[in-house]
Amino acid sequence: MRYERPTSLKQASTLLAKEKGSAYVLAGGTDLLVRMRTGFIEPDLVVDIKQIPATREIAITAGGFRIGAAVTGAELGEHAKLKKAWPGVVEAANLIGSKQVQGRCTMTGNLCNASPAADSVPALVAAAAKAVIVGPKGKRTIPVEQVPVAPGKTSLKKGEIVESILLPKRPSRSGDAYLRFIPRTEMDIAVVGVGVSVTLDAKGICTDARVSLGAVAPTVLLVPEAAKALIGTKVDKAALDALAKACSAACRPIDDKRGTREYRIKVAGVLARRAAQIARKRAGGK
Amino acid sequence: MSNIHVRTKINGDVVEYVCEADETLLDVLRNRLGLTGAKEGCGTGDCGACSVTIDGRLTCSCLVLGAEADGSEIGTIEGMAKGEELHPLQRKFLEHAALQCGICTPGILVAAKALLEHNPKPTETEVRFGLAGNLCRCTGYDKIVRAVMDAAQEMRRA
Amino acid sequence: MPLDSTQPSKRDFKVVGTRPLRPDGIDKVTGRAKFGADATAPGMLVGRILRSPHAHARIKKIDTSKAEKLAGVKAIVTRADFPDKTDGDAGLYDVLYNIMAREKALYEGHAVAAVAAVDAATAREALKLIKIDYEVLPHVTDVDEAMKPGAPVLHSTIFTDGVEPKPKKPSNVTRRYEFGHGDVEAGFKKADIVVQRTFKTEATHQGYIEPHACLANVGPDGQGELWVCTQGHFMVRDTCARLLGMDISKLRVTASEIGGGFGGKTTVFIEPVALALSRKANRPVKVVMSRDEVFKASGPTASTSVDVKIGVTKAGRITAADATLRYQGGAFAGSPVEFGAMSAFACYDLENVRAIGYDVVTNRPKQAAYRAPGAPMAAFAVESVIEELAHKVGMTSIDFRIKNAAREGTKSSYGPTYGPIGLLPTLERAKQHPHFQAPLGPNQGRGMACGFWFNFGGQTCVSLNVNVDGTVALSVGTPDIGGSRASMCLMAAEELGIPYDKVRAIVADTSSLGYNDVTDGSRTTFATGMATILAARDAIKKLTARAAQIWSIPVEAVTWEKGYAKPAGSNAGNFPPLSIAEIAAQAGATGGPIAGHHEYSADGAGVSFATHICDAEVDPETGATKIVRYTVLQDAGKAVHPSYVEGQFQGGAVQGIGWALNEEYIYGKDGRLQNAGFLDYRIPVCSDLPMIDTVILEIPNPGHPYGVRGVGETSIVPPLATIANAVSAAAGVRLTSLPMSPPKILAALDRKAAAE
Repeated sequence: MRYERPTSLKQASTLLAKEKGSAYVLAGGTDLLVRMRTGFIEPDLVVDIKQIPATREIAITAGGFRIGAAVTGAELGEHAKLKKAWPGVVEAANLIGSKQVQGRCTMTGNLCNASPAADSVPALVAAAAKAVIVGPKGKRTIPVEQVPVAPGKTSLKKGEIVESILLPKRPSRSGDAYLRFIPRTEMDIAVVGVGVSVTLDAKGICTDARVSLGAVAPTVLLVPEAAKALIGTKVDKAALDALAKACSAACRPIDDKRGTREYRIKVAGVLARRAAQIARKRAGGK
Repeated sequence: MSNIHVRTKINGDVVEYVCEADETLLDVLRNRLGLTGAKEGCGTGDCGACSVTIDGRLTCSCLVLGAEADGSEIGTIEGMAKGEELHPLQRKFLEHAALQCGICTPGILVAAKALLEHNPKPTETEVRFGLAGNLCRCTGYDKIVRAVMDAAQEMRRA
Repeated sequence: MPLDSTQPSKRDFKVVGTRPLRPDGIDKVTGRAKFGADATAPGMLVGRILRSPHAHARIKKIDTSKAEKLAGVKAIVTRADFPDKTDGDAGLYDVLYNIMAREKALYEGHAVAAVAAVDAATAREALKLIKIDYEVLPHVTDVDEAMKPGAPVLHSTIFTDGVEPKPKKPSNVTRRYEFGHGDVEAGFKKADIVVQRTFKTEATHQGYIEPHACLANVGPDGQGELWVCTQGHFMVRDTCARLLGMDISKLRVTASEIGGGFGGKTTVFIEPVALALSRKANRPVKVVMSRDEVFKASGPTASTSVDVKIGVTKAGRITAADATLRYQGGAFAGSPVEFGAMSAFACYDLENVRAIGYDVVTNRPKQAAYRAPGAPMAAFAVESVIEELAHKVGMTSIDFRIKNAAREGTKSSYGPTYGPIGLLPTLERAKQHPHFQAPLGPNQGRGMACGFWFNFGGQTCVSLNVNVDGTVALSVGTPDIGGSRASMCLMAAEELGIPYDKVRAIVADTSSLGYNDVTDGSRTTFATGMATILAARDAIKKLTARAAQIWSIPVEAVTWEKGYAKPAGSNAGNFPPLSIAEIAAQAGATGGPIAGHHEYSADGAGVSFATHICDAEVDPETGATKIVRYTVLQDAGKAVHPSYVEGQFQGGAVQGIGWALNEEYIYGKDGRLQNAGFLDYRIPVCSDLPMIDTVILEIPNPGHPYGVRGVGETSIVPPLATIANAVSAAAGVRLTSLPMSPPKILAALDRKAAAE
């Protein structure tokens, strides 16, 4: 295995594009090193992108926030403005692993690992986040939900790297939340995860909403029917019932060592209801 | 496989080593540098026994490549006591009998130190969540939590 | 009191019962303590083991030729390197078969070959080059399935023992056990209420944080050394020597610091393999298991299926109790069902009782002991039914148990009649405990349960050397798994009458001391402690003899008091007392070194009982359980170092919490373990738990000079039932299957809702 530490995205992209064997991007490494250790992958090349300045910063832009690919969970949690604008996204990112893992893990890695159970991804999808991708043919920007295409597989082409994640600017009276179910209180992979983002008008009526589910299908789902259940309502009991129903209906889960099909379907609705209530409160709703 | 030359500071001392590209920092510490205080309980970041700090951030050294440590400052359990003087956490762990077998103890001490540097006055809940990445199978954590809270109080008074 | 008496004396303890710092503490908080994987040797090789990917397969051929040619490979061993030297010892043959598969691989993870190479990468590469030709066979991993006619049979040599007539066909049931007394059928006829239920528990792992590790060094002269993390280095020495055909005297085993065992390090796995590799390579070889190897190829405990039937009168007196226990212990005989059947009803005073146990083999790793092996699962079943019966007869959980509790003079369900025991005191203390009076919040339930464990004695040998400055070097042969060196120093200091810090205890290697049984059965503080006390008394005899010699008076005229030799009375002479240091300083001139010894097979380990109370909160929408409050009340006989006694109570309770709620071996249809890591084998983390309150009771064990009883194991016996009772109370539905994972609880709640 070769280890490279380029200082520009272009160099990184070229290294990845030219490698004939298996090549992997290393940012936090909290998934990559586990997969190496368990013999799941045997890389020929690992490209560490942490020396590339653009990957290390959280920038406030006219459009919102640009979060570099190597920004750690701990750094996200320490960014007051980001936390204020997107509390659900930050709390989702901060749920990844332990304090030890937080010191290294990144949202971009969480996204590119393409696990259906990734904690930060439903929150990002609900937030309408976009991924900025740099590759041999230049830059492109796509919605985050288009990055993972199947468990462990992304839509990235050879030589492409996610440089950063963009979070939009927040309209006033907006709030988001992420909740997951795990059997313990920490250190588990989500059995079900739900991200909800809402915007309310001055009367408390929901004008915009996005709802996303994790660990209930091969990839994280955006559930427009669930959003529809909230829009035009005060996110009241009837709306929450409809939301829960829409979420459960959208689930296509499997039985596995972490939970049963029935369990995931039921709990997706329960968590959606709870997450929506938090999001509504954060948006200033009553 | 070509070896990589790495220059770091470990517990304040300049340390240079060579390692293989796929070698973890934990393996470097234990097998090349003789710093066996960090333990391998799982090798996959699930138990925290290999906890160290890199540039002040708590991390599992099994989830870091040795090559990545170039230019960084690493803190391990071996650097926690200052000469003859134990760190208050080390003393409180002994006083509270907060260890039984002791295999998780170095990792928990490193994690607890990082926790208190970040939050000098943690609640019991904050201590419990702050140490959730460190598995202990002997104690049931009760005496560990008490020791950390007691050390925090002493450190605040100092 | 004569020096050789082992009866507990009513005494005021000076140092026993205090909480000094442990002697190995500094090393353990500074990272200096050397555990199994922390040793190195010049020229050391890395050993790696190739393991079967199949749950059950005939090994037709092993081809190592390509691996042998790989540069850097120094030795390869397979079954061919482990000829059968077990001489008809069936148990030892199973160990041999377990450490290296023979005609068949019997579980996923079963060792099939091993390599020693210059580095880890080369060893890994070499394993890939070993070609094994398997014929995959049908497998079975569930205990009830394995007992069915037509189940895949693991061994053609197993014909169930303990049944008449002995079966002519081989099966997976190795043996039937039966314990009890009275007439169970007649007893049930007298009952007004009978509850009968079936319970299941999944296999769990001890979950010690330190994987198995050892460093072997064997030369062509047949002499060898082994550094290993184990609960019993004498056991390791004897077992390895016998398996490898070595003289026991030529193998010296040193116990490293041990990073948790809980019973799981009371046998050998990698040790004979490392020795065989080292012998073949003529180089030191270190073998360290990875975490997934620990899960797949060390010794988890049994999964079980248990039927319990108990009858009571309207007045709340049990008339009969009956249980059938089926435990699978992996691919070889020896599940802990015998202890399960013996202990199932040990808490109760019963006229009619019967417990039948079946030991079953399946395609899983060979089980090893896990803290009170066999008892927690039996207690889960029995104490769940007891709780239900208490409610049915309209009594409180605690009064029903008090009414039926075993006490001094009760004939136990497994045979012996109890002496002074601590069950009633724990129950009565529990009744008074504020935990029992505390109000419960919404969705919360309270549960309780009792538990019993036998405790063991065993072969023990201790040496106590008095140094020239009067300090004491104590050599014990039982590895210290949780602070026992501190307890030994306390007992030696107590007996000699010197300060705690004047005694230093070490765990001596196998060449420095006589044979010691493993640290198990909660025996160390009891048996090694008693040997320490008796070795100190032996030293005192010698110290008083030296004083007599110095004073030129008869030895009978000298007594030992508070660390000093004194003339027994004024007619013995008027000499100022001699301290241990003063006597030791003259040792060279009075006959040479002064040392005390004791070697024995310890008898008289006192049985131990505990009562646990738990409040659990169940989220009715997700089935998630939170342990809100937990209290342990247990009889310690005499708490030598109370902090470490509390630690045993707390640690056992929390392992029980994990077992009850989340921990389980999950097998796929392919017979492969699906959760061989700490991510999905979910042991409790710090944030899952409340503080664990403890109450130490001291009902002296008549079999120990200070009244000590073992405390290490009993604490894991009640939690499964305690938590099941709390969760069942909170959820309003009886849970009978462990772990009570959120999906199981939610499904039970749904069934309850559908029925209402």
